[in-house]
Amino acid sequence: MEYRQAKTGKLMIEILPDRCDFCGCCVGVCPEDAIELKEAEIFIIDPRCTNCAKCVWSCPIEVIKFNKNGIPK
Amino acid sequence: MQKEYDVIVVGAGPAGSMAARFAAEKGVSVLMLEKDRDVGYPVRCGEAISKAGVEEFIQSDDKWIAARISKFSFNAPDGSEVIIEFGEAGYVLERRIFDYELARTAADAGADILTRAYVNGLLFDDDGKVSGVKYEYHGEQKEIKCKVVIAADGVESRVGRWAGLKTHIDFRDMESAVQITAANIPVDQNTLYFFFGKNVAPNGYFWIFPKGHNKANIGLGISGIIGKKKSAQSFLDDFMNKHYPNAPILTKIAGGVPCSITLDKISAPGIMLVGDAARQVNPLSGGGIASGMIGGSIAGRIAAEAILMNKLDHILTYDKAWSDRLGKRHEIFNRIKEGIYNFSDEKFNSIAHSLLKIPIEKRTLGRVFSVALWNNPSLLLDIAKVFVI
Ligand SMILES: Cc1cc2nc3c(=O)[nH]c(=O)nc-3n(C[C@H](O)[C@H](O)[C@H](O)COP(=O)(O)OP(=O)(O)OC[C@H]3O[C@@H](n4cnc5c(N)ncnc54)[C@H](O)[C@@H]3O)c2cc1C
Ligand code: SF4
Ligand code: SF4
Repeated sequence: MEYRQAKTGKLMIEILPDRCDFCGCCVGVCPEDAIELKEAEIFIIDPRCTNCAKCVWSCPIEVIKFNKNGIPK
Repeated sequence: MQKEYDVIVVGAGPAGSMAARFAAEKGVSVLMLEKDRDVGYPVRCGEAISKAGVEEFIQSDDKWIAARISKFSFNAPDGSEVIIEFGEAGYVLERRIFDYELARTAADAGADILTRAYVNGLLFDDDGKVSGVKYEYHGEQKEIKCKVVIAADGVESRVGRWAGLKTHIDFRDMESAVQITAANIPVDQNTLYFFFGKNVAPNGYFWIFPKGHNKANIGLGISGIIGKKKSAQSFLDDFMNKHYPNAPILTKIAGGVPCSITLDKISAPGIMLVGDAARQVNPLSGGGIASGMIGGSIAGRIAAEAILMNKLDHILTYDKAWSDRLGKRHEIFNRIKEGIYNFSDEKFNSIAHSLLKIPIEKRTLGRVFSVALWNNPSLLLDIAKVFVI
């Protein structure tokens, strides 16, 4: 299995774009500027992410998941 | 649209519109860029504001007033309700119209406005000063130069980071929020309701703000510390199932409220930060409309002065001007917030019981906080400084 690569190894953070409300809460807490958010489009900028999970804890509607096994490509 | 502008404002919320207006009123050229299709929509806000907060900037107008507020109702976990009465103290807005009107005042002053323009980078001159923005518009990547960029890009702010400012907020200070606007909520239409306690909104509060005709904004914010265990969404579901299981839901939104003191630095060569982007929200109440408009108006004025004097360093005086107007006050509010953050349910109940002994005509916000923090004398002085006790 091939995995997406974060700054610190395998990427373990996944945003479920279909459920996202594009509110920006996660972007505001991300210390690495690793989330891109447009009007109705969101994604992680993999090489910047450190898997710190702050975005996961901040999402008001549980749209960001932490998966320690890594996120497949 | 011009080829170059004196000032480019990123984001057309209340802070951005006031920055654009106050700069344009002084006669400099201004462009405001907004990523969404509409100014003012979607609304991610409880929409409560004090009358004074509005009227510093725009005359009150029924067109964007959903409810007129003259009472606060504080509700303790055991159901005790403490009511405080004011005169007509504030409003619940119809922000999709309000924000639109604010943008119109900027346009009236001469600002150009472009929606669907997503700013995704900054331009720098040889000395490292910010000298313009890169943006995406209708699928095309573009650039435009200016003398000063004003970042009013809200809670999700990234523009300041690109200029090297530290703008992200500690996840413990971010209040993660969800809110619905529901119909058939039979609460008093002139009262803002606040609910406290570990079952409704630990490290935050739950609100019901009336919007006229028995509609209401119902929501809550909780710290990321709590979000680790239980999301804002599940707290809201619990409350609605218990109290209003059949209420028709007109809208539902998520959002983040940065409840901290202002960033250490809110200006750098060629750039200024305003509103949520600068973390100018009142950290105690989570209110950021009025304070954002104040921050925006100060920044707009100073940016225009700097351009007219041809002395761009002048924009660096903005940090102090903000701090003198509200920044220092927010430091006090933040200390009070931290004082009440971890109260137990028993503590909230006992505060409510003490307050109920004070006759209603003598209850003030200052009294509420002094009763809440009576055994924390260093904070009592802070309270005396910001509330008329
Ligand atoms: C659930 C909730 C309830 C709230 N309740 C209240 C309340 O009752 N009273 C109160 O006073 N405050 C409340 N607030 C806070 C208040 O909504 C904000 O403080 C206020 O909107 C901040 O104004 P602003 O202009 O700084 O940012 P915003 O209003 O967020 O505007 C920022 C704008 O910038 C745009 N933007 C962002 N990035 C870019 C980019 N890269 N390019 C172009 N445009 C961009 C966004 O689309 C947005 O339109 C609440 C907040 C939430 C989330
Ligand atoms: S895990 Fe941390 S670094 Fe990665 S996107 Fe989330 S907040 Fe940013
Ligand atoms: S916090 Fe959650 S809902 Fe909000 S933009 Fe991030 S992923 Fe989407």
